[in-house]
Amino acid sequence: MATASTVELKIQRFDPERDNEPHWQTLTVPVEPMDRVLDVLTRAKELFDGSITFRRSCAHGVCGSDALLINGRNRLACKLRVEQLGKTITVAPLPGLPIVKDLVVDMDGFFEKYRSVQPYLVASPVEGSGERIQSEEQRDRFDDTTKCILCAACTTSCPSFWAEPEYVGPAAIVNAHRFIFDSRDENAEARLDILSDEDGVWRCRTTFNCVEACPRGINITKAILEVSSAISTRE
Amino acid sequence: MSAGLRADTTHIDVDAIVVGAGGAGLWAALELAREGIPTAVLTKLYPTRSHTGAAQGGVCAALGNVEEDHWEWHMFDTIKGGDYLADQDAAEVLAREAIPAVIELERMGLPFNRTPDGKIDQRRFGGHTRNYGEGPVRRSCYAADRTGHMILQTLYQQCIKAGVKFYDEYHVVDLVFEGGEANEGGRCSGVVGYKISDGTMHVLRAKAVLLATGGYGRAWRVTSNAHSLTGDGMALAWRHGVPLQDMEFYQFHPTGIVGIGILLSEAARGEGGYLLNNDGKRFMETYAPKLMELAPRDMISRAIYQEVREGRGIGGKDFIHLDVRHLGRKVIEEKLPDITDFARVYQGVEPISEPVPVQPTAHYAMGGVPTNLETEVLADARGNVVPGLFAAGEVACVSVHGANRLGTNSLVDLLVFGKRAGIRMAQICKSTPQPGSVQGAERAVRDELLALSTRPSGVRPAEIRRELAALMMDNVGVYRDEALLSAAVKGIAKLKGEYANVRVEDTGSVFNTDLLEARELGYLLDTAEATAVSAYARKESRGAHSREDFPERDDAKFLAHTLVWQGAAGAPATKLDYKPVTITKFEPKPRVY
Repeated sequence: MATASTVELKIQRFDPERDNEPHWQTLTVPVEPMDRVLDVLTRAKELFDGSITFRRSCAHGVCGSDALLINGRNRLACKLRVEQLGKTITVAPLPGLPIVKDLVVDMDGFFEKYRSVQPYLVASPVEGSGERIQSEEQRDRFDDTTKCILCAACTTSCPSFWAEPEYVGPAAIVNAHRFIFDSRDENAEARLDILSDEDGVWRCRTTFNCVEACPRGINITKAILEVSSAISTRE
Repeated sequence: MSAGLRADTTHIDVDAIVVGAGGAGLWAALELAREGIPTAVLTKLYPTRSHTGAAQGGVCAALGNVEEDHWEWHMFDTIKGGDYLADQDAAEVLAREAIPAVIELERMGLPFNRTPDGKIDQRRFGGHTRNYGEGPVRRSCYAADRTGHMILQTLYQQCIKAGVKFYDEYHVVDLVFEGGEANEGGRCSGVVGYKISDGTMHVLRAKAVLLATGGYGRAWRVTSNAHSLTGDGMALAWRHGVPLQDMEFYQFHPTGIVGIGILLSEAARGEGGYLLNNDGKRFMETYAPKLMELAPRDMISRAIYQEVREGRGIGGKDFIHLDVRHLGRKVIEEKLPDITDFARVYQGVEPISEPVPVQPTAHYAMGGVPTNLETEVLADARGNVVPGLFAAGEVACVSVHGANRLGTNSLVDLLVFGKRAGIRMAQICKSTPQPGSVQGAERAVRDELLALSTRPSGVRPAEIRRELAALMMDNVGVYRDEALLSAAVKGIAKLKGEYANVRVEDTGSVFNTDLLEARELGYLLDTAEATAVSAYARKESRGAHSREDFPERDDAKFLAHTLVWQGAAGAPATKLDYKPVTITKFEPKPRVY
């Protein structure tokens, strides 16, 4: 499998114990044909510099750990093949969140916004011992937004979020949508109240960056518009 | 203090600690919250990054929503699938309690796929049969092919609702014992957590500690497992005198993406996919004529190796084809969307029009930390409990999976026994006084971490990790024999020697993944050693443990669980013991499908 092929890997580095500002490090890293960006980062860490720091876990696009700004777009490093990128790969942390170190950003604020929309089913107790009944159509209504892996690629690609960091952001709205349109849930009103706030859905300018960024292919802008529409049309 | 960690230590008192925030840990935390027990959940990731989220195909429960089914059938399939090594009382709990667990998940909001009449839909899965083996049954409850993702999300959502206290990105680097180690009658009284973002140590004291840290697939080169699955809980328990059980039984899932091991779910075969050799033949006809592609995983993985050995791999190479073309675009895109995406992204193959190259991938530990049915960790073959210590999910060995786990039963296991763990821990917390103070409990591990990060020269962790992964793949894989296993035991001992001189380059205290990966490598070496030593000693073939020098199952000698203890002061593990299998309803029979 080994080939003589290499890429120029340009990594944004920042060590809060040493640096005042982020800076760039460029490494020439050997690559193999089916490599993904995560493989290249891992190899750079293993071969050249153990202090290169990034998050990763599942390595196949389901855990959401390694969303990064890669060649100018937010993507999962484990889902992006090197051959799609050319000879130079530029990797930086997700924009708009505080940098902890190198490619690692502080996700606490992101998860706090997620939790703020009450992302859990609220429903009255059910009689009997069986499941609730839900039709296939009712289930399909919110299928798209169940796919979210909370990687933050969408929220940190959003110009409204960059301009107004208090904006709850696309990921939180997606997760509110998942319950607002679930026929079993009884808490839609409370979530619509939260999202009709000045830092809620109205900050969306439908630039579709979030849709472009989503590694799960969720139609995020559509979900946001459905939530805004639900807010507008309620009594 | 620099060099990877800071001098300050924080002390925290709670009643219960949960280590790991996958399905088992989250459900335990939920039960503890329901009982009002002050609980801390520590995870080295964010909870939603846990590997439960990677499970695809479904969770089996004999709901009988689409055809007749009974938990007794599920119990039987689990036992037969495990080649009669499962403890039958445990398999009964698994099969019985799967039903209320799945219903409860639905009530928590899990978006299962539905039948036309609005019930939870079910599909076929490997080794799950009707009427004690007559043919496949539709038992797997699913949410497209992201069932694990939905379980993880749903449980985390409910934990948020219940106000569970999470310590995200805290790496548990040691267990605290008082009154001696586990093999000296000691009690587990807490954990040492390393806060990844700033390198501070946190000593948490509690009445009950749950290990819910998952498996150790990263010991093998080709694996479906996340980078984070490094056997932390197993190794930490082992280092404190807890034996590890049935470690020789490690499952290779038959359909991983060639070379990188990412899983293509059994759901593809559950929906009707074929496995084809180079002649285009459905070769499972030869090995399991009744269940064909839905035979248990160990049999299919061996069949693939056999086909490859006999020159019928695709193009003479070491893989075969998974073919779903005949299912049609609609089924493929609606019921198997994620794995279709995996094939496209990672192999550049279009499953709608092309067969997908696959090969076995290291997937799941049937063995682990021994527990009883209440998830209490066991100190020996006689069933003595280690006070204060619990384990559930893949880290544990109850044993419900015996020598080979059936598809979906990992999720069933973590739901049923995660819930049981929370209930039992809540009882213990209510009836037990807080253990004594644990001043200085972090000293030993602090010294170990400092040694890693201040050593001026030495070998890089990645080199040892690569060698270990290759060794395990070649010598402790699908087929084994005395020579391979003996070489593995020696090779691991050599790597452990090198590990004593491992060098970490990053000397900072903020998010030092270099240091933590080196620590994790130590866990992998321990779990690999336990695996190889146990495999060497088991001179028979059973389930996933297939010895070419002992090709038959030997119930007279080996219808028993292996227990292995760590050697003293860095010496190789040599102490083994065996404990009888609990048999209640089903006498061991030859395993034919």
